[in-house]
Amino acid sequence: MNYEIVCGIETHIELATRTKIFCGCTTEFGGEPNTHCCPVCTGQPGSLPILNQKVVEYAIRAGLALNCKINTRSHMDRKNYVYPDLPKAYQISQYDEPLCENGYIELDSGKRIGITRIHIEEDAGKLIHENGYTYIDYNRSGVPLIEIVSEPDISSAEEAREYAEKLQLIMRYIGISDCKMQEGSMRCDVNLSLRKPGDPNFGVRTEIKNINSLSFIQKAVMAEAERQADILDAGGTIVQQTMRYDEATNSVAPMRDKENSDDYRYFPDPDILRFCIDEDKIEEIRASLPELPFDKLRRYVNDLGLPEATARQISRYRKVAEFFEGTLAGGASVKNAANLIVGTIFSHMNTEEEKELFAVRISADQFAELVRLLDEKKINYGVAQGTLQKMLESGKSVDEFIKPEDLAGISDEELESLCREAFDANPKAVADVRNGKDKAINVMFGFIMKKTGGKADIRKAEALLRKMIGHD
Amino acid sequence: MKARIPELAKRLRSREISAVELTKAYIEAIEKLNPTLNAYVHLTFDTALEAAEQADQRLKEDDAPLLCGIPMALKDNICTDGLPTTCCSRILKDFRPYYDATAWEKLKALGAVLLGKTNMDEFAMGSTSETSCYGAPLNPRNTNYVTGGSSGGSAAAVCANLAVYSLGSDTGGSIRQPASFCGVVGLKPTYGAVSRYGLIAYGSSLDQIGPLANSVKDAAIVFDAIKGGDKRDQTSVDYDYGSSLAECLDRDVKGVRIGVAEEFFDGINPEIKAKIEDAIKLLERNGAVVENLRFPALKIALPVYYIIACAEASSNLGRYDGIRYGHRASSYTSIDDMIVKTRNEGFGDEVKRRIMLGTYVLSSGYYDAYYKKACLIREEINREFDAVFEKCDVLIAPTAPNTAFPLNYRGSGPVEMYLSDICTVPVNIAGVPAISVPCGEDARGLPIGMQIIGRRFGEATVLQVAHFYEQSAGKVLGDYEGGAGI
Ligand SMILES: [Zn+2]
Repeated sequence: MNYEIVCGIETHIELATRTKIFCGCTTEFGGEPNTHCCPVCTGQPGSLPILNQKVVEYAIRAGLALNCKINTRSHMDRKNYVYPDLPKAYQISQYDEPLCENGYIELDSGKRIGITRIHIEEDAGKLIHENGYTYIDYNRSGVPLIEIVSEPDISSAEEAREYAEKLQLIMRYIGISDCKMQEGSMRCDVNLSLRKPGDPNFGVRTEIKNINSLSFIQKAVMAEAERQADILDAGGTIVQQTMRYDEATNSVAPMRDKENSDDYRYFPDPDILRFCIDEDKIEEIRASLPELPFDKLRRYVNDLGLPEATARQISRYRKVAEFFEGTLAGGASVKNAANLIVGTIFSHMNTEEEKELFAVRISADQFAELVRLLDEKKINYGVAQGTLQKMLESGKSVDEFIKPEDLAGISDEELESLCREAFDANPKAVADVRNGKDKAINVMFGFIMKKTGGKADIRKAEALLRKMIGHD
Repeated sequence: MKARIPELAKRLRSREISAVELTKAYIEAIEKLNPTLNAYVHLTFDTALEAAEQADQRLKEDDAPLLCGIPMALKDNICTDGLPTTCCSRILKDFRPYYDATAWEKLKALGAVLLGKTNMDEFAMGSTSETSCYGAPLNPRNTNYVTGGSSGGSAAAVCANLAVYSLGSDTGGSIRQPASFCGVVGLKPTYGAVSRYGLIAYGSSLDQIGPLANSVKDAAIVFDAIKGGDKRDQTSVDYDYGSSLAECLDRDVKGVRIGVAEEFFDGINPEIKAKIEDAIKLLERNGAVVENLRFPALKIALPVYYIIACAEASSNLGRYDGIRYGHRASSYTSIDDMIVKTRNEGFGDEVKRRIMLGTYVLSSGYYDAYYKKACLIREEINREFDAVFEKCDVLIAPTAPNTAFPLNYRGSGPVEMYLSDICTVPVNIAGVPAISVPCGEDARGLPIGMQIIGRRFGEATVLQVAHFYEQSAGKVLGDYEGGAGI
């Protein structure tokens, strides 16, 4: 039997503010347990929360980047439940007046996945089980989070992955979170149900909690859809429950559940005043947003004429895109700049993170100088690559490696005589080319490059050689 | 004779008495009387004497603050760095915070000498201070009677001259009612006028710290010292009162419009009603204009108060789980079992009753009918206060419908006790300021308090009218002998 997947994703993202949401403690990762704490974030009697305005600002950035409406009036609520990692026995969150509502993320197919809401809240501490004891570390308690809730618009495992990936990309781009799934600064809960195609009613849904990688989202959706389909095919019914995805077995199983029947007794937190957000403030934040990756991609392809694959690789990382655009501003050509970034600079960067950080030792201007030499055909691509390597290693400018006298290049007469030399010295290669083994011409190229230290214009040399071989 | 702050300040500066001598006199009185009165639950004599010594040094300078070297007391729900702060609950029995409440921090900076922490109803929940895990404080004016609550120990300490002044907290009348029962002055400031940072929360949207003292002027001096916005309390307001309120008390009441709403006098003990009416007449003779008003929302204020206060309390008290601080059950089988046992052993009946009530009114299915409705009526009560203060400058009412209860009086149960808060709770719901000043005694010699209620941040007018009355009425209470002989 064929079913349609109905899936929504709730994403928790840790905001990269310097301090916690309700106190001045640092949000820095790590640290000895319970050293990034104070009376407020450990829920000491008599302490009171002060809402960090940066958190509100970051959440608005997220809202605007996801095409949301920003509510100008909002407030914080208390979500009451008892758990040892929650020092006040309530989490300060937002219930019926989230900061942002009604946005969307557009997938490559053009399909839009609705964003129901974005709200701000505080993270809890961490339980550490060791030697038969349970310890609590409150360093993470009070770290600001946003929860982004999507509409159940996702209808395949691939879409689920793409949604999460795009969300991650956007959040990184606007600089509000590093969204490291394996470190927990981005965590996804997937809601999923099945229904027969065309059925207007939703089936019973399950929730898969705390998925910590993009590929696991895809796999978890597939596994859970299959599990539900098997049950439905066998005439069974789906039980509404919380599940966990086990990456080792690629399967989904119910969690021991303490939360299912909880009544959180939400009510407005009397310690935090209702807050109003100025329209002007919203516009100020909107104006400060960078161009988003998909807008860049579109522009690189349509306006700059880059091939989509290259454009995608560059636009994916904000720092790379900024470097690229800086190079263009320095007068470099689109094609050469893009090719050298993707072909040479990226070859030094093995992980997503390195590309994300894009810690290169040269500036866009220094890079542009090099690209311009290539553009003006003063050096060939091979020299450009080699020089770039040296520049990346040393952080030095192009004039350290290429002297003005080098740039004089090889005159047409010199080149012609060099080609003649190469032709005379390699009779076998000449014969091979004439017999259809075209690759044999490389032997002569090698001869010329070796003689000129790589400075010869290989395209001109090729034209000359082919004329001599009589094979042009 | 009970000393007043300005006189003591003068004597300290003239070297007639040193702060150490003054402190020792209070310590002596406490050692003598506190075993009976139980006004203090934690004594901090060592730190008091150290503070007094420092105060004596500071008093050598010309610019020593008025409160420098003056011995005082704090309610046990106000956090004191390194000193016990237990809310008179078993669950916090050994708790010593590592931070000061802002109000205390301000007084400490002025050279205040803290004698100890005063008795109170457990977590400030009660009207008699009898829910304290240390046993009830006794009313110094008649030890067969309660002090009122929840700031009973703070009122008793000031009444018995075991402190020159004290701080209490008022969520539904907890400063004013014990002030009334013990015959002292108690000011509940506007919500937000004094920082709540370090005040252990009961009902967060209602709680407010304020002074108890032996005169309106003393209360004004202390209020001047503790008021002001605080970056650690978002609900605090840095209101500009213009100048020191204590220095602007000497005004008459000519033309002051006094509102009297009959609803506040319904079901009030006739002796109390008569004394308040006498007081109003006195003010009228001196030029005040009496406006008769209606305040129909009064009747509904009591359930609104109990719903909101208990809802907030049920959430505020969730943190006492035995994990980070306070009492922890000695044996348990699991973390859940530990939390349940800890709370069961740690909280008294009244606290449990209010946690359950609060949990109930916030539960899904009941939220709209109780909590949400209470919040809507709260708005209505605010509007009624706004309307009233269009027509008058202050509202005068009894502080409580009765004088002090005999000890262990239970009436017909908790609800009757809750009813005794009827005159004070509307003030907290609206967040306006109010003072209780003594205005006479009943036939048994128990003090009666008059409540003067003002507009938000209208403390100046409230204190002026109270001060004028106090000065004009003369002696309204019998003499109380005892306490520190100074
Ligand atoms: Zn903190």
